[in-house]
Amino acid sequence: MDVFSLTARACRDLLGSGEVSSTELVELYLDQVERVDDRVGSFLLVDRDGALAQAAAVDATPRDERLPWEGVPIALKDLLCVEGMETTCASRILKGYRPPYDATVVAKLRAAGLIFLGKLNMDEFAMGSSTENSSVQLTRNPWDLERVPGGSSGGSAACVAAAQAPWSLGSDTGGSIRQPASLCGVVGMKPTYGVVSRYGLIAFASSLDQIGPLTRDVRDAAALLDLIAGNDLMDSTSVGLPAPLVMPTRTDLTGLRFGVIREFLGEACEPGVREVFDGAVAAIHAAGGMCEELQLPSVEKGLAAYYIIAPAEASSNLARFDGVRFGHRSEGAVDLIDMYNRTRSEGFGEEVKRRIMIGTYVLSSGYYDAYYTQAQKTRTLIADDFRRAFGRVDYLISPTSPTVAFGIGERTQDPLAMYLSDLCTIPANLAGLPAISIPAGLSHGLPVGLQIIGPHFSEQGLLEAAYAVEQRLGLSALPSIAEAGR
Amino acid sequence: MSGETRPHSPAPGGGDGTSGEWEVVIGLEIHVQLSTNTKMFCSCPVTFGEEPNTHTCPVCLGHPGTLPVANERAVEYATRIALALGCRIADHTIFHRKNYFYPDLPKAYQISQYDLPLGVGGHLDVELDDGSVFPVGVTRVHMEEDAGKLVHAGGATGRIHGADYSLVDFNRGGTPLVEVVSEPDMRTPEQARAYLTQLKGLLEHLGVSDVNMEEGSLRCDANVSVRRPGAPLGVKTELKNMNSFRYVQRGLEAEIERQIAALEDGERIVQATVHFDPVTGSITTLRSKEEAHDYRYFPEPDLVPIEIDEAYVERVRASLPELPAARRRRFVADYGLQAGDAGILAANRPLGDYFERVAELSGDARLSANWVTGDLSAHLNSAGVGVEESAVAPEALAGLLALLGDGTLSSRLAKEVFQVMLETGREAEAIVRERGVGQISDAGELEEIIAAIVEANPGPTEEFRQGREKVLSFFVGQVMKQTKGQANPQLVNELLRKHLAG
Repeated sequence: MDVFSLTARACRDLLGSGEVSSTELVELYLDQVERVDDRVGSFLLVDRDGALAQAAAVDATPRDERLPWEGVPIALKDLLCVEGMETTCASRILKGYRPPYDATVVAKLRAAGLIFLGKLNMDEFAMGSSTENSSVQLTRNPWDLERVPGGSSGGSAACVAAAQAPWSLGSDTGGSIRQPASLCGVVGMKPTYGVVSRYGLIAFASSLDQIGPLTRDVRDAAALLDLIAGNDLMDSTSVGLPAPLVMPTRTDLTGLRFGVIREFLGEACEPGVREVFDGAVAAIHAAGGMCEELQLPSVEKGLAAYYIIAPAEASSNLARFDGVRFGHRSEGAVDLIDMYNRTRSEGFGEEVKRRIMIGTYVLSSGYYDAYYTQAQKTRTLIADDFRRAFGRVDYLISPTSPTVAFGIGERTQDPLAMYLSDLCTIPANLAGLPAISIPAGLSHGLPVGLQIIGPHFSEQGLLEAAYAVEQRLGLSALPSIAEAGR
Repeated sequence: MSGETRPHSPAPGGGDGTSGEWEVVIGLEIHVQLSTNTKMFCSCPVTFGEEPNTHTCPVCLGHPGTLPVANERAVEYATRIALALGCRIADHTIFHRKNYFYPDLPKAYQISQYDLPLGVGGHLDVELDDGSVFPVGVTRVHMEEDAGKLVHAGGATGRIHGADYSLVDFNRGGTPLVEVVSEPDMRTPEQARAYLTQLKGLLEHLGVSDVNMEEGSLRCDANVSVRRPGAPLGVKTELKNMNSFRYVQRGLEAEIERQIAALEDGERIVQATVHFDPVTGSITTLRSKEEAHDYRYFPEPDLVPIEIDEAYVERVRASLPELPAARRRRFVADYGLQAGDAGILAANRPLGDYFERVAELSGDARLSANWVTGDLSAHLNSAGVGVEESAVAPEALAGLLALLGDGTLSSRLAKEVFQVMLETGREAEAIVRERGVGQISDAGELEEIIAAIVEANPGPTEEFRQGREKVLSFFVGQVMKQTKGQANPQLVNELLRKHLAG
């Protein structure tokens, strides 16, 4: 069985027809992890025993008594709490931390009978765009092992691209699902803020974080989002979807208007990316859709606003890692303040410390208005820009990332260059809008993603449009790891 | 003390130093633990005095990934408090994060309210012992969560200095708190104490808190400064965590004395947090405000704003019990009570209810008030119990008052019977019947006794007949002696006059 051809739906069908057992399916993926993960490095933790035990329980249940997705495997970004399973955010400070509870999305997947293969690498506390900020290991792009998979959900994207899991969950604060999905040639979706409960997602920036699916195609994304969406009493900011999602079926785009965000096609955008993007625009035309260029003047300020708001919230969210109740505690401190200082100095990596410092600074009295208040105003302006744009068009499109996957180490010494990776994805987070990245083609053998942004709670329509575009684009090749791993 | 204060002065009072008059300015910040079933942002029960860390969950322990969800009942209780203090209720109110590191604060931020509190612009009319009333402005009423509790082990003092190690109990962490911030409207420690006492009574009345200062469900911080009359406000210090009414007053007195002495010595007051030691009576400076925290308040992104509509406010307002001030006025107007008695009865909701029941049954409100605020309250205070636990029900007290009213019992006898009632829980009438205590109101029986006494005392009888009225009391005394005090005094007077007249 070719693991690279398997979607999660195909897994479900094979289980449903009895062609494979859940144990066989889980072993198939565990074998693939074994075969390639020493090169790709997606997984921080492989729960072989737990997954096989879960699979055996599924296999012991008669097929007609199983839930639709029962027995299908999945892997989780290492910031989603799973009761009793080490969850570290790829940080030294949470080494050995075993949450006493399941995240709401984890509980939902567990209730639906999905099997957890393990936890996936990421930038420490989701801060980064290359997964190089993991304190544990590098994750390499399955298309070119000398390149990064993107981030922060680099493990989540790479594991789907390398067929180590049929699908995975990631989180997206400024592009952390869509950008790695783009760089690894998979589908990644950030839902409208509030569609998925954040309870049990270890917070980076609470007002921006959303959990979402990374999958091999659009229909799997629809299926996985439907499994995890919903209002949750444990998360006051959650509202769920207006109606359950149905499988997208749309194949033409007649009558739909797409706005091309001009600000994202500037000099930061690589020519190769631009070329693939133009091809996508042509495909939309061919499918009956209309495209026009639009200006959203405030989105260019998105990056600046984001790098105030996100660190501000993070500086507070990460204050609880103080060595008192869980995680790392430095030995040999002489008093309380010394214990705090040592624990946090040893436990956090450079990028996390940088953002805690920025966030602490912008919230300080005397600077709050100049930074935080201004950033919130900018956020409102960006939301207004989008609202106006959605008065003219149904969806907005842009490249997901201005560049293809870059070389390992290429941007680690230049935070600003790294931050630019999320130029096109950040505004959707600031405005709370749903956005999806789908593979649009290759540039010099590397995947390029197309981002489609919709109005609030337009998930169903957005998935329909993405499905229709996907029918005309798609990737013509498999990642190099597929050849090497076979 | 040099900063001697004038008691019961509603007008600007203050202290006189050796160099002239000083005016004292006091504002109080009160923290009230709400008596909701569950905590402010999770579903753990609110408890006191249980095994440490037995009422915690991932949320109130601040585990990564957890989120707060606001307790609707706590919002309702806070709204009750704000309304009872006459505050305007915000139609849009939000929570903020107050960031600081301390081991008893699991998230390293306290969820509190900042620039959009639940209620603003209220006041409490504080009545002093002399019946005068002075209004204290209430700046704001806001909601927040309590921290855990540190237990310092080892060392001699139980305080953090000198302790070998410290343990944290998170049972209290996340308990709903309401903070009531007053305007700096108080001018004497007595006023501050009166405000605090009456605020406590109000909160008790509202049924929103146990308001027990010793257990920490009511906590008081005081801001205090002194100035020359008419001068701008002086530099203030903050007296923290005083856990009894008496300590609030004594702490303020000591701090005022310290400030005045310092100023008169030409020193400057430094803005600081200070601690009052009730054992030594001394003030120590804990930390200077100059090195104080920058709390980096910002809106709590994990909670949605609370939108409060007019209908909700009216619903809560309608559910409020009659407030002490209104009740006090009604007791004076409807029952003709003295301001003092009315104040005592109105300040304590169960006691007021008890009084009204007795008054209704006995038909004599003033007599009822005398007994409830007098003998009954004295007993309750010495027994340290509330009126709900009294062995004498309102019906039983009314029964006793009926015997007093129809002359069966004298006041003195009634007090004795009341003691028996308290001890045995029995009805007055049964006690009187069984023990034969009851007044001798039988004229025939009394006349026999009186005739004998008059006959045995010819001298005083003669004096009386010559107009020395005072001698009458001698005869009354003799009669009471013979009847062991059980004679009806009115009847004795009447019969004595008849017999002495000859």
